[in-house]
Amino acid sequence: MTDLSLQSGARPVDWTSDQAGLRVRKRKAAETRLKLVGLSAIAVAFAMLGLLLWSLVSTGWQAFRQTHVTIEVTYAQEFITPGNLARSNYRGLLEATMLELVPGATDGRRVAAILSNGAQFAVRDRIVADPSLLGRTATLRVPVSDPYDQLWKGLIDRTTPEQNRRLKNDEIAAFDALVAKGLVSSPFNWALLGNADSRFPEQAGLKGALWGSFYALLTCFLLAFPIGIGAAIYLEEFAPKNRVSDFIEVNINNLAAVPSVVFGLLALAVFLGWFGMGRSIPFVGGLTLALMTLPTIIIATRAALKAVPPSIREAALGVGASRQQVVFHHVLPLAMPGILTGTIIGLAQALGETAPLLLIGMNAFVTAAPGTPFDPSTALPTQIFIWADSPERGFVSRTSAAILVLLGFLVMMNALAIYLRNRFERRW
Amino acid sequence: MTVIAFVLLFSAACLGYVLNLSAARSLRAGGARLHSLGSFHGGFAALLVLVPTFLFVVLWLVFQAPVIDRMTMAALPPGTLDGLETGAVQLILAEIKSIAGGRIFGTPELWKLAAADHLTGLRALSANLMVGLTAALALVLLVIARRTVAPDFRARQGTEGIIKGLMIFCSTVAIFTTIGIIASLVFETMRFFQMVPWHEFLFGTTWEPQMPIRADQIAATGAFGWLPVFLGTLVITVVALVFAVPVGLLSAIYLNEFASPGFRRIAKPVLEILAGVPTVVYGFFAVLTIAPALRSFGEMTGLPIAPNTAMAAGLVMGVMLIPFISSFADDALSAVPRTLRDGALALGATRAETVMNVLFPAAIPGIVGGVLLAVSRAIGETMIVVMAAGLIAKMTVNPLDSVTTVTVQIVTLLIGDTSFDSPKTLAAFALGFMLFVVTLGINVLALGIVRKYREVYD
Repeated sequence: MTDLSLQSGARPVDWTSDQAGLRVRKRKAAETRLKLVGLSAIAVAFAMLGLLLWSLVSTGWQAFRQTHVTIEVTYAQEFITPGNLARSNYRGLLEATMLELVPGATDGRRVAAILSNGAQFAVRDRIVADPSLLGRTATLRVPVSDPYDQLWKGLIDRTTPEQNRRLKNDEIAAFDALVAKGLVSSPFNWALLGNADSRFPEQAGLKGALWGSFYALLTCFLLAFPIGIGAAIYLEEFAPKNRVSDFIEVNINNLAAVPSVVFGLLALAVFLGWFGMGRSIPFVGGLTLALMTLPTIIIATRAALKAVPPSIREAALGVGASRQQVVFHHVLPLAMPGILTGTIIGLAQALGETAPLLLIGMNAFVTAAPGTPFDPSTALPTQIFIWADSPERGFVSRTSAAILVLLGFLVMMNALAIYLRNRFERRW
Repeated sequence: MTVIAFVLLFSAACLGYVLNLSAARSLRAGGARLHSLGSFHGGFAALLVLVPTFLFVVLWLVFQAPVIDRMTMAALPPGTLDGLETGAVQLILAEIKSIAGGRIFGTPELWKLAAADHLTGLRALSANLMVGLTAALALVLLVIARRTVAPDFRARQGTEGIIKGLMIFCSTVAIFTTIGIIASLVFETMRFFQMVPWHEFLFGTTWEPQMPIRADQIAATGAFGWLPVFLGTLVITVVALVFAVPVGLLSAIYLNEFASPGFRRIAKPVLEILAGVPTVVYGFFAVLTIAPALRSFGEMTGLPIAPNTAMAAGLVMGVMLIPFISSFADDALSAVPRTLRDGALALGATRAETVMNVLFPAAIPGIVGGVLLAVSRAIGETMIVVMAAGLIAKMTVNPLDSVTTVTVQIVTLLIGDTSFDSPKTLAAFALGFMLFVVTLGINVLALGIVRKYREVYD
């Protein structure tokens, strides 16, 4: 080799020279640079994820507590009409109660504004449930209204000049008097999960959205799962390889990449426009989501069917099973874990899908949870969208909290999928 | 009543299964040699009853509402609807429906009350008719199925034929969906082009869809040129890609070439989390954190950053696209044959030189395909821009300014109550049609590039 290179006229390289060392160092430095740049790219991505989670948790955790005031309400005759308990003057009753509670207060409306607008209904429901309370005293713990909730959570800065503050000095003093009496507490905010939507942040909850999402996902599952498996089995096991089956395959792959808002347009034009189905209905939302989830399920099912080795099919055929018996008795059960994993991941995507649901009107303001899949309601992601658009301060932390609930469901679904895959999937 | 119909049809199917199964068994007990197993006879009966009856009930449910609506409106006293527009007719129908539902506001006219009564009557009639017809159909099919039981009846072939037909139907759902998308978009877009000339839409440079609803309202006259909207989409897409492509590619290179297996095992799923976060969450993140941060950055440096700048939406969309691009690039780099890598290393190239000079050029087609798919994603992405981008269409390429996108316009034009005959609503379908065409074109191009590249090495 040495002779050869000498003959061809190349100068021998002195690998020990300073220049050669410099070149090697330069090349090594370039390698280190690339490594560092790559690492910092990953760091940027991680930092973004961290920032996302941090900003959600730091604003959202407050919404899991709700400030309450414990008040003793005396159901005095002057406010309560015994014959008509449902329509008595509970607002006046609360004003009187609060005037008594806050020393030096003169304006009943002003001190009663500490309590949530829903307090009067809580007071009413108590006596409607137990009419013997008339003339006696009951102890209730009622939520406070949004500004005072913010104050107790430290989100209103007391040092801001009074004219720029949402709560004036006398309002803060009145609330502090309640705090000094030990009447203010902030327990876990069950209303966040147990109430439906409301204009007042302290009463707004996710119940309607959770049920709406549940019904939509149920519809989506009941449609997309059987249809997806049927389509995948036909395409994978029975379809002749010809133009038609190629066309179907191309179609499925393209559908998987169609923007979700286009599915919303389809639903609006076909389901609402041509078939005359109702607006804001979880069932229609589920239909739309089913069309979107179908390609995911078909692709996952085909991969799972493909993973079952041919020897299983041949053995079953060999003992005289028909081709459908082979598939339904042997291949499909073996492929089931993979199919379920793909289905759950598809449903998790459908749970977070917002745009098509907006177009079919699932962003309506509905204050009751739906009883059936055919009642108007919101869904979890559209509820997040509504709250994110609401101007009240209290909805900021509630939006984050709703997102945390949504992410919690997504994590659970994905964990279930991973568990199924690890526990049941066989490697051949 | 619907529940009754479904219960009826499923119990009829079960009954068919049991009847035929026992008939087949008694034939065998009588000494006959049957072609098919008893369970196939049963299954044949169940499917024969189930499939047509189910189809009948579903079709009835789909078509009863429009038919009833039409019959109600047709039965109104002659002359009531003369000279009214579709919107007004829809309002009357809605009012009649709410009266029929028991929600009466004010004192409606007598003919509306009569129409509501008529509507209630029609609904009850329809429900009763559906149950009756379901029962009759199921009964007829049960008898037909029961008659088929015979020793030489090929029940297995019959059952499997029906199942195969069902599976073929399932696989055509995708085609029907595509047809539905294209038909609805084209149909509504054609109606839009009857009101607004197509060249004005395609080449117009102003987008002001706010039309006067009543004649006496003062509003813009309405202009439907989609170019500024599309330009806004491109601006946000470019911002997103400028952020996502380098980050995605470099992290793919690091994960593929330099990371230890342990680091890779942790880092890849964490990156995938970014892909699993719903877009409405990203939208809120943009509004809550990124936009205020950019705004205060603008105040610090004196840059004129608009409140809902394209940067905020673009950056957050970039974060969403990172895992998408990185996993495509990772796949493309891994697909380069080992021999190329080994050859470069054997010649004394460092790992960095191998990646940059050998693997990367070889993986370019796959990476380009992935980036193109990311572009189509970014163009079709809705929630981030609806929450974080602006509403006013401007002919600008300045990413610090506020721009609007195709998807934002679709959503804002269609949110709330819509009627299908104003150019405002139909414009959304025209935009949707353009969006569909553009993203489909990019997808086909991207898949073509990826496929061609795969053929080179496999």
